[in-house]
Amino acid sequence: MDWSRIIINALEASIGLQTVVFALAAIGLNVHFGYTGLLNFGQSGFLAVAAYGLAVTVATFDLPMWLGILIGLAGAVVLALLLGIPTLRLRADYLAIVTIAAAEIIRLTVRSVTFESTFGGSDGRQAFAGGFYDLNPYPVREYNIGNFGFNERQMWILTVGWILVALSCLVVYLLMRSPWGRVLKAIREDEDAVRSLGKNVYAYKMQSLIIGGVLGCLGGFVYALGQASIQPDIFGTDTTFFAYTILILGGAARVGGPVVGAMIFWVILSLSDNILNEAIDAGYISKSLISTTQVGQFRFMIVGLLLMLLMIFRPQGIFGDRREIALDAR
Amino acid sequence: MRKRVAFFLAALVSALVVVLGMGASAAQADGESIFGFLFQTKKAERVAYPGVQITVKGPKGFSDKATSDKTGKWSVDVPGPGTYTVSIDTKALPKGVNLTDESKKSLKVPVLVDQDKPVLFPLGKSTRVVESKWSQAAQLIAEGFRFGLIMALAAVGLSLIFGTTGLTNFAHGELVTLGALLTWWISTGNLPFLPDFGGLQFFPAAAIALVLCGLFGWANDAWLWAPLRRRGTGLIAAMIVSIGLGIFLRYFYLYLFTGNTRQYPDYQGAKGIDIGPISLASVDYWSMAVAIVVLLGTILALQKTRIGKATRAVSDNPALAAASGIDVDTVIRVVWISGAMLAGLAGVLLGLAQGINFQMGFQILLLIFAAVTLGGLGTAYGALVGSIVVGMFISVSTLWIPVELKNVGALGILIVILLVRPQGILGRAQRVG
Repeated sequence: MDWSRIIINALEASIGLQTVVFALAAIGLNVHFGYTGLLNFGQSGFLAVAAYGLAVTVATFDLPMWLGILIGLAGAVVLALLLGIPTLRLRADYLAIVTIAAAEIIRLTVRSVTFESTFGGSDGRQAFAGGFYDLNPYPVREYNIGNFGFNERQMWILTVGWILVALSCLVVYLLMRSPWGRVLKAIREDEDAVRSLGKNVYAYKMQSLIIGGVLGCLGGFVYALGQASIQPDIFGTDTTFFAYTILILGGAARVGGPVVGAMIFWVILSLSDNILNEAIDAGYISKSLISTTQVGQFRFMIVGLLLMLLMIFRPQGIFGDRREIALDAR
Repeated sequence: MRKRVAFFLAALVSALVVVLGMGASAAQADGESIFGFLFQTKKAERVAYPGVQITVKGPKGFSDKATSDKTGKWSVDVPGPGTYTVSIDTKALPKGVNLTDESKKSLKVPVLVDQDKPVLFPLGKSTRVVESKWSQAAQLIAEGFRFGLIMALAAVGLSLIFGTTGLTNFAHGELVTLGALLTWWISTGNLPFLPDFGGLQFFPAAAIALVLCGLFGWANDAWLWAPLRRRGTGLIAAMIVSIGLGIFLRYFYLYLFTGNTRQYPDYQGAKGIDIGPISLASVDYWSMAVAIVVLLGTILALQKTRIGKATRAVSDNPALAAASGIDVDTVIRVVWISGAMLAGLAGVLLGLAQGINFQMGFQILLLIFAAVTLGGLGTAYGALVGSIVVGMFISVSTLWIPVELKNVGALGILIVILLVRPQGILGRAQRVG
């Protein structure tokens, strides 16, 4: 068992690309679910729209990156409108079913052979991140402290990513202490009471859906640029539920909850993967019980159990306030 | 019509050849290969097609070619287990002979350790092209009806659970998968962690599997949902718990069953029976019959029996039902057991129709939601009607849209229906805001 490698991998995971991507996705969900009580089960759809908006604009149509990012952002706004118009007047579980369906529609469409020339089928799109790395201020070398560190490309995307996380947190913090944010929280607690005060609940919910979607879709951009390639199956329903686990782990309706949640979540997954792998290599666990290819399946089982246990025993997560989690909304 | 009979005979014979071939190859299990025969049965005589080139491509840039010999046999040794793409060069086939399904020109096949994997390219007249739109439509309606019935079995359970407890059960797909997996394990005798006991016939295996599904439904309620209800866990919290349970079970199945799609050993390569323009395998007919009988039984039970009436009462208004002396917890327990058994049966029948894999239930879960929403959340009969409509819609829509996008169409109508009639076909209007 090589504990130093296990610990370094866990440290890298705590600030790595996945952490940034899922922190952004969960910050968006926090606006939806934590503050407004909207059950958006299609957050992966927002990430997909952003990532594909950028990738298709640059790789398929050969247009500049900034236009791609604008198209991705516009796509997220349009998606929020499309989801919100039919469902925001209905019961909460309708929004859940429609958003998960919409995210699957997006994934199935971009992975289809019919639209392969535009979206690249199940192979997705590559070669669109060049413009981003041309802006890289870090000279080409490894940036290490001991064995812990990143290369210049990772440094650049992580710098941009964490700046986006910080800005998103700031936006959420400012919004939620404004009168507007207090109306959102009031909607979460009792929609009818807010309506009786003359507030247009539908409009507030729609604004929340759009803002959360746009914040979440930043995760899609960071993922696409960080990996320099995207495949449709990254944006499956599991991605959304990872983001939910992160949000509930950190604490919903807390500005820093999603960020801390994402860091802990990816450290747990990195530790479980690496410890299992090392234990199998060292012969502590029989290969007939778990083979190295099956280790990845345990990660999902852990996520499933974590989500269940958190929801049952500590729905407020690490930092949340139990009184503030109105999970009994309709 | 005679040609189609000939085709099915050919398919049957090829299936036999494949089975015999597997028996023969089991003896010499050493290394992996992919093999097959190219032939067609014409008037009970076997016509082989020599000199046709087959290309096998695999992981790590592996690529090899083989040419069929006098008996039509071809075989390629592959370097190891993995997924390989086998494609046929149809240009070398004689005129008038082609693949019966043009889209099957290249097949993706998984090869296991030490397996000699048989691959079959069904040859004959290209039947799809000749068919008129109408007979195609009839065939698709029949297939859609079968799929709708299977979905209905699962949807009724989902809808009853929603009606009685308010829980939107995202782990319902895993109940569907469980039925199929248990039946496969029992009928092959390969239960995980247990010694091989040789396996049972399909029907007793399915019966045992359904009983186990019922037990699992009981355990679900007794150990998870009933305690949560007692604690007063909210509906949205419970929904998220069910998502966690679903993810856990799905990947636990993957761990136990591996990622392969398998078939029930008793039902590989069944032959078709024609009724008018519709041609389905005999197993399809009787699985439809089973589904119809069970669904009618469920309706009768809901309509006539004491517990059925109590179920509908609880669905309607739990507080009122409890006040009038109905034991709500018992009703919910019964709903969970029967819902899990219905879902398990749906899994068994779905496994017969399209093979068994660890996420077969999850793959139809959203379609079941679409069906339940279409029919009206919480109404059992609505779920039934909605399932059949969605099943047929998915199937018939492939006349105009590519097969890979058929589920997109179904999920699309879900959204449109919520715009126009959010309470569904049979639901009562209820709105917020």
